[in-house]
Amino acid sequence: MLIEEIMIKDVLTLSPENTVKDALDAMRDKKIRHLPILSIDGTVVGIVTDRDLKEVVPSSVSETKDNSPYDTLLSEVMTKNPLTGHPMDFVEEAAVLFYDNKIGSLPIVSNKKLVGIITETDLLYKYIELTGAHQPGSQIEVRVPNTPGILFEVSKVFHEQKLNVLSVLVYPDKENEANKILVIRINSMNPLKIIKGLKVSGFEVLWPNVPGIDV
Amino acid sequence: MKKDAVFIFSEEQLGYSFSDSHPFNQKRILLTLDLLKKSGAIQDSDIIAPRMATDEELLLAHDKKFIEIVKKAGKGELTEDIGSIYGIGTEDTPIFPNMHEASAMLVGGTLTAVDEVMQGRSKYALNLGGGLHHGFHGRASGFCVYNDSSVAIKYLQKKYGARVLYIDTDAHHGDGVQWSFYDDPTVCTLSIHETGRYLFPGTGSITERGNGTGYGTSFNFPIDAFTEDESFLSIYKTAIKEVTEFFKPDVILTQNGADAHYFDPLTHLYGTMDIYKEIPRVAREIAEQYCEGRWIAVGGGGYDIWRVVPRAWAHIWLAMKNIPTPTGPLPEDWLSTWQEQSPVTLIPTWEDPVPLYEPIPRKDEINEKNAQMLSRALHMIRNEQIDK
Repeated sequence: MLIEEIMIKDVLTLSPENTVKDALDAMRDKKIRHLPILSIDGTVVGIVTDRDLKEVVPSSVSETKDNSPYDTLLSEVMTKNPLTGHPMDFVEEAAVLFYDNKIGSLPIVSNKKLVGIITETDLLYKYIELTGAHQPGSQIEVRVPNTPGILFEVSKVFHEQKLNVLSVLVYPDKENEANKILVIRINSMNPLKIIKGLKVSGFEVLWPNVPGIDV
Repeated sequence: MKKDAVFIFSEEQLGYSFSDSHPFNQKRILLTLDLLKKSGAIQDSDIIAPRMATDEELLLAHDKKFIEIVKKAGKGELTEDIGSIYGIGTEDTPIFPNMHEASAMLVGGTLTAVDEVMQGRSKYALNLGGGLHHGFHGRASGFCVYNDSSVAIKYLQKKYGARVLYIDTDAHHGDGVQWSFYDDPTVCTLSIHETGRYLFPGTGSITERGNGTGYGTSFNFPIDAFTEDESFLSIYKTAIKEVTEFFKPDVILTQNGADAHYFDPLTHLYGTMDIYKEIPRVAREIAEQYCEGRWIAVGGGGYDIWRVVPRAWAHIWLAMKNIPTPTGPLPEDWLSTWQEQSPVTLIPTWEDPVPLYEPIPRKDEINEKNAQMLSRALHMIRNEQIDK
């Protein structure tokens, strides 16, 4: 999946000549935490986050009457030349970028112009969609040997029962590297038939999987 | 004279039947009613026949196109691939003859219960045919076609201008009703259920609190697998009391799924009959204390229809009639009538055998986790109390 499929295209931006107060107001009104800063020609020259601003303005409990921090220009508080992404980057690559650099958003740039932004929250929602947890379903976990063709063997059982699968995730098995755990969501309230089918085919079904308790 | 309680029932409610092998089986209602009759707890004069919900009433909570699809399906005029877009003709909600009429009859039963209570003919009313809490605005889901509770709540708002508290103790999250009123500040939904980590439908986390002006009127109490009676009841009692005090409803509607029991094949909460003795009695007290007694109860899930549901549901009626909780053997003629048909040996007493199962390891951790969940779920309304 490409970034352009999930990025927010209608991006609120400010210029380096705007003030800290402008940025605070914009964040409060639009309920956002990241503002790309653009030069007159539309190039991304910086990014301002709510945390950058908190470091500049006095704490809400402090008694200082000094209002000058609010008039500070964004050019002084922004992170200059931030990391950017391209609309055709893969979502997985962007996720690694977020993780490695501990960033909360990524402006997306094409032909030197800002075309969108993605945030941690967008990536997290994409992940929720991948797990299928946004639509009604039951979850089944199957422990399988880590061998080629095993997914085919498991999916045969679902095929036989004409059961619609919402998502499949493959996890490492912490207890034994020779295994994998398949996490499968089905759009049915009654998983008993498929559990039985999987067991008959020789698979180990973990449902529900509470450590220390065997059902 | 105003009655204490009415029992909504007719044989027509049994027409909601997917197939003989489907877990959802309305024979449960028949088994429950027969148990009450043979216990001498119910008279013919307590029973009122349900009416069928009109299309106009169904439209209060359902999409026109969806209703048309259900009508077509029931007449055999629908292909499977079109139906599946609407959740019809699936593994969970297969097509059966007269699907629309049977589903509308269950909704009508809950509306009949509403009218009996709101027009002052009865303090409480019970429709065990209702409680189909997974039905969505435009889609069938989780054994449910039309959502009788969603329609009934809209009907309560429109016809009686009532503020409704919906309380759902089914082991599955009451998602259909929650999403119907997620934006509505005049309806409060409360659901206690096994966590959606594995169990259908997967939603019902404590962070689902409502949306827009309805934020703060949706409450979820997801409890862990292997929760058992003690922790279940402590969460139920605390949640229902604090949420009712906070929301101040005019009427309460309780959904009484009986699928949190150890014997239930679909869930893992390890409850016993003790929770089903208590749930309706607490609901009645709350209705008396906060809603001048107005209480409507519906059925719901419950997939051990022989050993669990009849006894569990009988307790709702006994609580409504304020009959002391029965103990000891079940009526002999009830046992002998149904044992022949049952694939399992019936439990011969009102109580479950002790012990029902091997002790659960990690019980303390599970209780602690549930308690922490409870305080997080109630955090906001508790803070509001302190501010006052």
